[in-house]
Amino acid sequence: MKPVRSNSSPLTGRCFPWFSIFFLLVCAFINQTLLGAQIQSPVDISLGDRALRFLQMRDYSVRIVAVGSILIGISCGMMGSFVVTRRLSLFGDTLSHAVLPGIAIGFLWVEAKDNLALLIGASMAGFLGVACVTLLKKFSKVRQDSALGLVLSGFYAIGICILTRIQKMEFGNQAGLDTYLFGQVSSLSESDLWGICISLALIVLFMTSNHRELLVSGFDLEFSKSMGLPSEAIQYAMWGLLAFCVISSLQVIGVILASALLIIPAASASLLAKRMSTYILVSALLGAIAGFVGAFLSFLGQRIPTGPLIVVVATTFFLLILFLRPSQGIIVNWLQSRRQSRQIEMENMLKAIYQVMEKQEFSEPAVRMEEVTRRRGVGKDSRAKEIESLIDSGYVSRSYEKNKFAKLPHEQFISLTPKGWENACRIVRNHRLWELYLTNEARYAADHVHEDAEKIEHVLGEETVRKIERLLSNPKKDPHGKLIPSLVDVRKGWLPEFPLNKNE
Amino acid sequence: MTLIPEYDFKKIFFEPWSTLELCIWNGQIILMGILVCWTCGIVGSFIVVRRMALMGDAISHGILPGLALAFICSGSMALGPMWIGSCVAGITCSFCIEWLRFQTPIKEDAALGLVFTSFFATGVLMLGMEAENAHIDPECILYGEIGFTPLAPDLKLGSLRLGNQALWTMGGVFLSVAIAAVVFYRQILISSFDPILARSMGTPVRQVHLGLMLSLSLATVASLEAVGVILVVAMFVFPAVTASFFFDRLSSIVFFSLPLGLAYSIGGFHLAHWFDCSLAASMVVFAGLLFIPCCFLAPNSGILWKITSLRNVGR
Repeated sequence: MKPVRSNSSPLTGRCFPWFSIFFLLVCAFINQTLLGAQIQSPVDISLGDRALRFLQMRDYSVRIVAVGSILIGISCGMMGSFVVTRRLSLFGDTLSHAVLPGIAIGFLWVEAKDNLALLIGASMAGFLGVACVTLLKKFSKVRQDSALGLVLSGFYAIGICILTRIQKMEFGNQAGLDTYLFGQVSSLSESDLWGICISLALIVLFMTSNHRELLVSGFDLEFSKSMGLPSEAIQYAMWGLLAFCVISSLQVIGVILASALLIIPAASASLLAKRMSTYILVSALLGAIAGFVGAFLSFLGQRIPTGPLIVVVATTFFLLILFLRPSQGIIVNWLQSRRQSRQIEMENMLKAIYQVMEKQEFSEPAVRMEEVTRRRGVGKDSRAKEIESLIDSGYVSRSYEKNKFAKLPHEQFISLTPKGWENACRIVRNHRLWELYLTNEARYAADHVHEDAEKIEHVLGEETVRKIERLLSNPKKDPHGKLIPSLVDVRKGWLPEFPLNKNE
Repeated sequence: MTLIPEYDFKKIFFEPWSTLELCIWNGQIILMGILVCWTCGIVGSFIVVRRMALMGDAISHGILPGLALAFICSGSMALGPMWIGSCVAGITCSFCIEWLRFQTPIKEDAALGLVFTSFFATGVLMLGMEAENAHIDPECILYGEIGFTPLAPDLKLGSLRLGNQALWTMGGVFLSVAIAAVVFYRQILISSFDPILARSMGTPVRQVHLGLMLSLSLATVASLEAVGVILVVAMFVFPAVTASFFFDRLSSIVFFSLPLGLAYSIGGFHLAHWFDCSLAASMVVFAGLLFIPCCFLAPNSGILWKITSLRNVGR
């Protein structure tokens, strides 16, 4: 039984593809405006002049190159966002390699570099390749990764065979088909640009009209099937569009690296965006930037293939985003965890001071630095540094006392400030309360609780502490028989003549 | 001149072997092909059972910057520096993939595709820049030309001339890979199918993985001048998958890749002779031609049997 689809359902509400029709018009407009004055052969001028020429866009071919690379970046970025969320990245790679024999045959067919023939040949080869992968996966026991590898290399080899054959035939010299391997943006022509525009328009049309279906079937295939959405049809349509997208971009980026322009901008966008719509937009934007910068660099360097340049630019953006993104960027994360571990170290030091004082039964307001460092263990220097930072943040004050033996250096004593005392009490209190909680409520053995408390003491919030207190009915002693510093102690400073008066 | 030249049995199969000189020349090419197929076939069998066929693809692309760097530093295409460079690049590549996969929200397939294309692009750029002031042929690394094998200088041991250097090197690589495969067969087998059991039995799973990666880079680099970085993937995947239609045991799959390599090399050579096209590519095409009937007609898992049995069930 088919579920009834009502118009009010949010999944069927389609926006009429005005947007893409508008888009086609814009493309046409761009193509018209491109027909300006032409300046030929930008050879033998300096690097700066070339950069200026590219950026001024007075050159017809430059404008084609710029617009073409940006549009390709956009279409690959948009398509890539679906490819990456559906985990089809390696299908894209296989598809782009499988296209090669189609290009070669298309070339043979008309015996010249005709775009339409190449496009038809490439589409057919691409579909054949994808069909091979699907059939192998479905009907034989070949696993998906092997199937992808087989089709990728097999088709590619056929393509190379035919290409090397073409080069030995009489019309093969003018081919320049090797631009298809790594891409050469300067060979982009106006008709190529039209192809790119059409494929981009199709992609935009498809996405705007099927946005919700794509969303649902991309994230939960079973659910979308149960809703009666035509997920199979959408999948095949996506294959077709992916093929068009890859094929129209081959001239710029080349067969071998075509999948990179699908994957890298989308992967970078996935680090930034949470919603699908922003994701697509960011991905398209990144693709456009990568395409444009890559084309620019390729124009500067003359003979350097465009594809690798675009990929390197896109990867640079990816790395920048990975390291610098605001919420979870690696650098931000690193700084945060460093700050946290510093905080924990400081708190542990305060606790050590408290424990030393406790051992002396709070007879002295100040304790020997050596004893504290000994209690904390490990490298004396790093401990000294920790105390330094405690002094800087005003938790601890330091005093020197002359040694009994005049030759030796002054002994260092440290004492807690009120702020430090409060914090030390809080940490020790957290620790002991937690130990008690574990032994009394969670039935842990008393000798097992220390490690756990050692970790949790730094993160226990005020509220949790109150709760535990209530639960244990305001205990006085921890399972090891030590006193738990109470709130009153914290406020009073416990001993009347305690560090407080010394500091004041 | 048409695309498909006339089929002339005598021209294709006898002409290459008509004189002694031609025999020696072509024999060296075929021997090189066989050695490449065998080396890659052995490594590939292990790679395929571990479901790392695409990792092989990624590594073979990813070693390119290492090769370029090694070439720029050492100034030669000698196997030693090239191998070190490619090992460093290959390991960096696989490390980056793992790191992206586990430490960032990037999914496995995207991480794979992202890393190897970036590495490959960097390598191509480095080669492209270097090509202007040195005579390295990027095409040679990318596509390989097995037909140039007989042009390699002779290996000299004192005053003794031992024959083609390229062949000796490839033979050495094949031998070391084969010996390593025999010696560590058990460890690889266990860690491929049940890594947890392997760890509990004391097999160093990570080291086995690393060793496999190293031999993958070694096989790729050694066969680079013959078949190039992209077609080498076919050499890894085709023998293992074709063999797996006939055999279930890993050892049989590894051994079956040897006759398959023989067939690929000889068949590909004559195919290339017929069509007058790239030798390495036609070896892969021949492998594909062998693969198709195996896929359909293999005794226990052929598609044809499966379809007919499905139809019977339907009745």
